[in-house]
Amino acid sequence: MMRRTLFTLLGLAALLSACERPPVQSTQTGYRGTGMVQVDNPRSLAKAKAALPAIPDVGPPSAPADGPRARDVYQNVKVLGDLSPVEFNRQMLAFQQWVAPTQGCPYCHVDGNFADDSKYTKVVARRMLEMTRNINSRWTTHVAQTGVTCYTCHRGKPVPDNVWFTAVAPKNNRVGSGMGDDAGQNRAVPSIAWASLPYDPFTPFLLQDEPIRAQTGTALPTDNRMSIKQAEWTYSLMNHMSVALGVNCTFCHNTQSFQSWQGPAQRVTAWHGIRMVREMNKDYLTPLAATFPPQRLGPAGDVAKVFCQTCHQGVNKPLGGLAMAKDFEGLVKVAAAVPALPAPLAEDRRSVLYFDVGSAVLKGEQAKGLELLVATMAAERRVVATISGYHSAAGTLTANQELAKKRAFTVRDALIGAGIAQERVRLEKPRQTEANVAGEDPVARRVEITVR
Amino acid sequence: MAEYQNLFTRLQPVGPAQIGPELPQGDSPRTGKPFFIYWLGWIGNAQIGPIYLGGLGLASLILGTLSINIMGFNMLAQVDWDVVQFIRQLPWLALEPPPPGYGLSLPPMNQGGWWLLSGGLLTASILLWWARTYRRARQMGLGTHVAWAFASAIWLFLVLGFFRPVLMGSWGEAVPFGIFPHLDWTAAFSLRYGNLFYNPFHALSIAFLYGSALLFAMHGATILAVSRYGGDRELDQIVDRGTASERAALFWRWTMGFNATMESIHRWAWWCAVLTPLTGGIGILLTGTVVDNWYLWAVKHGFATPYPVVPVLPDPATLLQGVKP
Repeated sequence: MMRRTLFTLLGLAALLSACERPPVQSTQTGYRGTGMVQVDNPRSLAKAKAALPAIPDVGPPSAPADGPRARDVYQNVKVLGDLSPVEFNRQMLAFQQWVAPTQGCPYCHVDGNFADDSKYTKVVARRMLEMTRNINSRWTTHVAQTGVTCYTCHRGKPVPDNVWFTAVAPKNNRVGSGMGDDAGQNRAVPSIAWASLPYDPFTPFLLQDEPIRAQTGTALPTDNRMSIKQAEWTYSLMNHMSVALGVNCTFCHNTQSFQSWQGPAQRVTAWHGIRMVREMNKDYLTPLAATFPPQRLGPAGDVAKVFCQTCHQGVNKPLGGLAMAKDFEGLVKVAAAVPALPAPLAEDRRSVLYFDVGSAVLKGEQAKGLELLVATMAAERRVVATISGYHSAAGTLTANQELAKKRAFTVRDALIGAGIAQERVRLEKPRQTEANVAGEDPVARRVEITVR
Repeated sequence: MAEYQNLFTRLQPVGPAQIGPELPQGDSPRTGKPFFIYWLGWIGNAQIGPIYLGGLGLASLILGTLSINIMGFNMLAQVDWDVVQFIRQLPWLALEPPPPGYGLSLPPMNQGGWWLLSGGLLTASILLWWARTYRRARQMGLGTHVAWAFASAIWLFLVLGFFRPVLMGSWGEAVPFGIFPHLDWTAAFSLRYGNLFYNPFHALSIAFLYGSALLFAMHGATILAVSRYGGDRELDQIVDRGTASERAALFWRWTMGFNATMESIHRWAWWCAVLTPLTGGIGILLTGTVVDNWYLWAVKHGFATPYPVVPVLPDPATLLQGVKP
């Protein structure tokens, strides 16, 4: 009798626990006793490692060669024209292996006339190539030097396995339908870890840029009007990130205070990742809606879009952190088109003037903007101009800070030279002179002038 | 071999059904012919019925059924009246409160109006049931301890669904009616208001909750252990302390130096249970109305230690100073 009861109890305990079989590894990632741990199981780690696909082999990169370029040898080469013909062919072979290994070249190309653009797949592929190059050059804040290739998402399939479409509201989600509005949430879907939360957090956060932050940075109520319902949308997106990366909240967040930036550096990488994915969806994928045939579009007529799961596929470093992109110069190099400077800003109380790379001199249109500022200062005799200089992230910080200072001096000297009284011209060093995160950005190379 | 030791025995003595005393004029008669279920006798009294329904009970049941039906049919409509999907996804489905944009105004029925109606009916049903527990206790000549303990739970229910939404100025702040959704709502609530674990009233509520469970286990174990000396006749033991009470008291005094009495243990348990939702409700009511980030509040008042040693990362949003990457 006792034994039977014992076995019944043990059986019940086994049934009730949806837990995985030990051992469970807990790796401390933060200060002791703060609950900053990552929980893993060596078996599931080994399984994830075994599940990593074998990377298609397309041989080593070709040696750099002078001579004719791909654009000279082939017709209609719009993106990869700078490559040597040998490297160009290797790259094309890689595309085929990464994206359409069973379909081969005809998946994108017209047999007999490879320059022809009549297949939609080729037009899409070219845009995706531009997207990949953009990621590898402008989004090192997220992909670091590892970079991405077509294979990171495609894994040998023409359409990546993990994509999303904007959810179509069920037909009862109308005021007129009487009852059954689901408020866009509470369905059993895997992409948000099966939570009863909004099932499409991707459209507002990864296509549009709705605010994600829910918590207040002060103890007492201020002007944060974020409702619990909105917090649920954020929570849903975070659930997706968790399931897509195979990590828990503390991988990125300070477990005591999720809004605090006093915690793992991964949160910064994730922050840039969200912006990167937004740009991919908004600037690269959505404009292709008219290019794709109807059967490739979602129920709302939108293109398949990317989210964290598209690349990560359950691991925090896609493909186990393998750096594939570095072996393909066509995916890393970006044509050195110099982006034009924006027009100088001249508002009522604020002016912004932009500078060329490494320069502290205002030219052309920007110089006219400076003249305008001088005229304003001369006309309004009581106002004071406060000048702050900024620089882009490319180059060394100390040299850049010096440059930012020189840019501010340029504006100051122009004002004083035009006879504006010295006490009406003030310099103010910004708390942070670096105005972008990585590389060159014409918007970052600027001087801001506040007129008060 | 079956044996009769005390009330907690494996042997069920079965007698004629107990009908209870006559009810005074004005009370409706008890309904249903009593019957016995042997299996229920294992966990409680084998006798089922007769039940006293009365006006309050009847009204409460009707309103409650109506409320649950509104929730259920809304969920069924959400899966487009597909019964299979309704059963499959039932734990996920919910009747959600109105979108926050409606504030405290009356929304259209399919935009939270059903939630408001369902919640109103449920509240009425629960309050009527409370009045019933009070009236029945008085009718039997009992104290009203059960009614006031129930009132404590109703307080938490009303704070979540009525008082706090009204103070926040939006029905959208309230809890959805659904199995998983109300749990995910709870997590989102904590995430929005900076970690509810640093809310001292939440902490008190947890302490009383765990205290209730601990006291329940200690008391249950003690009584079972001394039932061989008649300790299960607790009320007798309160007024006429026998060897069961003496031994139980001695056991706890030996093991932890202090013991409750046959009477005080019940007051301990009652207060621990009642204070659980009472303090919890205060904690919820203060959240968002008075305090917006409990972690920062706790650090400010020395209730939590700030995160040690680790450097603060620059927030990329402020770093960029308005420049889009």
